[in-house]
Amino acid sequence: MNEQLERDAAPDTTTDTENGVSRRSFIGKVFIAAGAVTLAPKTIAFADDVMNPTDLDEDVPQWAMVIDLGRCDGCKECTTACQEAHSTGDQEWIKVFEVEDEAGNTVFLPRPCMSCENAPCLNVCPVGATFRNENGTVLVDHERCIGCRFCMAACPYDARSFNWGEPVNPPGATFADYTPELPVPHRKGTVDKCMFCAHNSAEGELPECAQACPMSAIWFGDLKADVVTNGLETVQLSWLLTTRNAYRLKEELGTRPRVWYLPGHGEGAKVVLPQ
Amino acid sequence: MSATTDDRRERLLERAEAPLRPHAWGVKGRLLVGGLALVVAWGIFAWIWQVSHGLAVTGLNDHVSWGFYLTNFVFFIGISHAGTLVSAILRLTHAEWRRPITRLAEMITVVALIVGASMVVADMGRPDRLQFVLLHAHLRSPILWDVLSIGTYVAGSLLYLYLPLVPDLAILRDGGIGGKWRGRLYSALSLRWQGVPEQRRLLVRAIGVMAVVIVPVAVSVHTVVSWIFGMTLRSGWNSTIFGPYFVVGAIFSGIAGIIVVMAIFRRAYHLQEYITEQHFKYLGSLLMVLGILYAYFTLSEYATAGFKMEVGEATLLQALLLGQYAPYFWFFAIFGLIVPIVLLAVPRTRTVKWIVTAAVLVNLGMWLKRFVIVIPSLAIPVMPYEWGTYRPTWVEWSITVAAFAAFALVFVIFARVFPVISVWEVEEGWEVEEAAERRPSPAAVPSPALTASIVEEPS
Repeated sequence: MNEQLERDAAPDTTTDTENGVSRRSFIGKVFIAAGAVTLAPKTIAFADDVMNPTDLDEDVPQWAMVIDLGRCDGCKECTTACQEAHSTGDQEWIKVFEVEDEAGNTVFLPRPCMSCENAPCLNVCPVGATFRNENGTVLVDHERCIGCRFCMAACPYDARSFNWGEPVNPPGATFADYTPELPVPHRKGTVDKCMFCAHNSAEGELPECAQACPMSAIWFGDLKADVVTNGLETVQLSWLLTTRNAYRLKEELGTRPRVWYLPGHGEGAKVVLPQ
Repeated sequence: MSATTDDRRERLLERAEAPLRPHAWGVKGRLLVGGLALVVAWGIFAWIWQVSHGLAVTGLNDHVSWGFYLTNFVFFIGISHAGTLVSAILRLTHAEWRRPITRLAEMITVVALIVGASMVVADMGRPDRLQFVLLHAHLRSPILWDVLSIGTYVAGSLLYLYLPLVPDLAILRDGGIGGKWRGRLYSALSLRWQGVPEQRRLLVRAIGVMAVVIVPVAVSVHTVVSWIFGMTLRSGWNSTIFGPYFVVGAIFSGIAGIIVVMAIFRRAYHLQEYITEQHFKYLGSLLMVLGILYAYFTLSEYATAGFKMEVGEATLLQALLLGQYAPYFWFFAIFGLIVPIVLLAVPRTRTVKWIVTAAVLVNLGMWLKRFVIVIPSLAIPVMPYEWGTYRPTWVEWSITVAAFAAFALVFVIFARVFPVISVWEVEEGWEVEEAAERRPSPAAVPSPALTASIVEEPS
C-alpha cells in the first residue's frame, strides 16, 4: 500500500532507466563519452556523480516541499523570513505570485527553488558551481560561480537572482563561515537562490519559510522516509500528494521538481503558467 | 618571363609594400590609429568601471540577464565565419578569383574572433575567475563546447592565416622592408623560406590540409554558439534548427563583412587593379544566395511557431512581429534581408557602390537580428509577471562601440605590418593563367587551378 502510493504520487523520482531515455541521459552519454577522452579523470568523476539521477536508494533524506495553495493567503511572511534569515536584501528566493487558477480563482503561488531532479541550471553550468548535494537539493557554490548567468537563462521558474552590485551583507558576515548550504556572505557577481534551507535541515529544523508561514501552508519532508511536516502536523507524504491531487509546475518540461503544489479551490484546479 | 609580367609584378609589390614602409601613413594614419585607440581606451575604462562596481552599472537585470555583450558576441563570432570559411571553400573549389581577397578574409576571422571572445569576458560577473572554465571544466555545459570549438577555431585560423603569409614575409624580408624591428619580425616569421620546390610543395599541401580541416571547425563554432540558446527551454530559443540557422546567418553576415572591409582597403590602399568590380559581383552573388537561405530559415523558424501558437511562442511572436520588438525585427527583415537581396539580384544595382551598400545593411540588420534573438526570449515572462525590460547604459554602449573600434584598430595595425594582398598567390594566379594560355585547348586540362597546386616550379 505504502509503496504503491509512493509510486503513484511521485512516479518521476525513480531512476532514468525506468523512464526510458531522457534528454539528460542522452546528452550525458554523448558528451561524457566525448569528454572521457579529453578531460581529467577527476572532472569526469565529479560530472558523472552530479549527472546520475538521484534515486531513493540513497541512505540519506531526499528533501521535498509541498505548498498548500488552499492555505496560502499571500501574506508573504515566507519571503520576509527568508530575506531576514539569509540577508538577501531585495532578492526574493521564495517569491509569492498572485495568479488565477484554471477555475478562475485568485491564488497566491509561492515559488521557492524547485530543486529539480533534471535541473536545467545544473546541466548548463560550465564550472559545476551549481550542484546537487546528497539530499537531492540543488545548491550554488559561490566560490566557484563565474557569473555567466547561463543558469538564469536556463531556469524555467525564474528562481535565480544575481548579485549585480555589491551585496548588502549583515555586520559580521565577512567573518561568517561560508558554505553553499548557508551562503553568507553574498558575493558580487555570483548567482543566488533558495537552497531549501540546507543549513536548517541538517539541524533537523524546517526551512525558514515553512517556520514563518502563519497558515502552515508549507510542508517540508523526506521522499525517502515518505514523511512530511508543516510544523504542526506530520503526515505521510505520498498520502498528502495523492489525496490532494498534488501537481508540479510545468511538469511537461520534464524538469521533475521536488516541489509539489496542492490545488487551492475545487478539485484539482491547477495554476497554469505562461510558458 | 616576359617584360609585362615583370612590370605587373613590380606594380603588385609596390602596392603591397608601400603601406608597410616606415612613415608610409603620415598624419592621417596616425590620427586614425590614435582615434581608434582612444575609443578602445574609453571602452576599457568602462569595463574597469563595471568590474569595480559590478554589473549593476549595466541595464541588465534578473529577467533580462544577457544583453548587448551577448549580442556582440554572436555578431562578431558570426563575422569571423566569413573569412576562413569563405577562403577555405574558395580554395577547395579552386576559384581562381579568390587570390587577391583571401588574406583580407582570413584576417577578418582572426580579429573578429579576438573581439568576439572578449565580449564574453565583458559579460562575466566574475572575470577574475575566467580560468575556472578550464580548471573546473564541465563538458556537459554548452559553454564548454563553445570554449573548445572557438579555441580550436582561433588556433586553426591563426595557422591558416599564417601559412600563406610565409612566402610574402620572405619577400618583405628580402626587400628589407620595415626597418630594424619589423625586419627582424619578418625574417623570424618567414622561416627561412626560399621558395624552393620542396618548400612550395610542403606549403601547398599544408594549406590544402588546413582548408579541409577548418571547414567543419567553422561550422561547429556557430552551431555550438547557437546551442547556448538552443539547449534551454525558453520560447524562441527552444528550437531544433538553431544550429544550421546560426551557421547560415554567420556566413551571411560574414560575407557582408568581407565586402565592407574589401571596399575600405581597396580605396585606402589603391588596390583597384587587384580587387576588381568582379570580386564584388562574385561575393555579392554569394551574399544574395546566403540571404535567400537565411530568409528561408527565418521563415521556417517563425512559420512553424506561428502556425501552432503554443502559448509561450505566441507571446514571443506577438512581441516580435507586432509589439515592442517589432521595429528591430522589421528593420532586420526589410533592410537587412529583402532590400539587400533585391539590390544584389537586380543587374542595374550590381555595382560596387550598391553591393557595398547592401553589405552594410546586412551587417546592421544582422546585429539587430541577434539582438532580437537574445533579448525578447529573456524578457518574456516565464512566471506570472510583466515583461522584463532592458535599457543598456553608457557602460554597455561604450564597450560595444569600443568593440567595433577594437576590430578596426587591430585590423589597421595588422595591415600596417602585414600585406593585405597575398602577393605570391596572385603571382601564382598569373602563372596559372599563362600555363592555361599555352595549352591548345583549355577544356582538355582538368582545371587551371588544379594544375596550380600540382605545378611545383613553373619557370
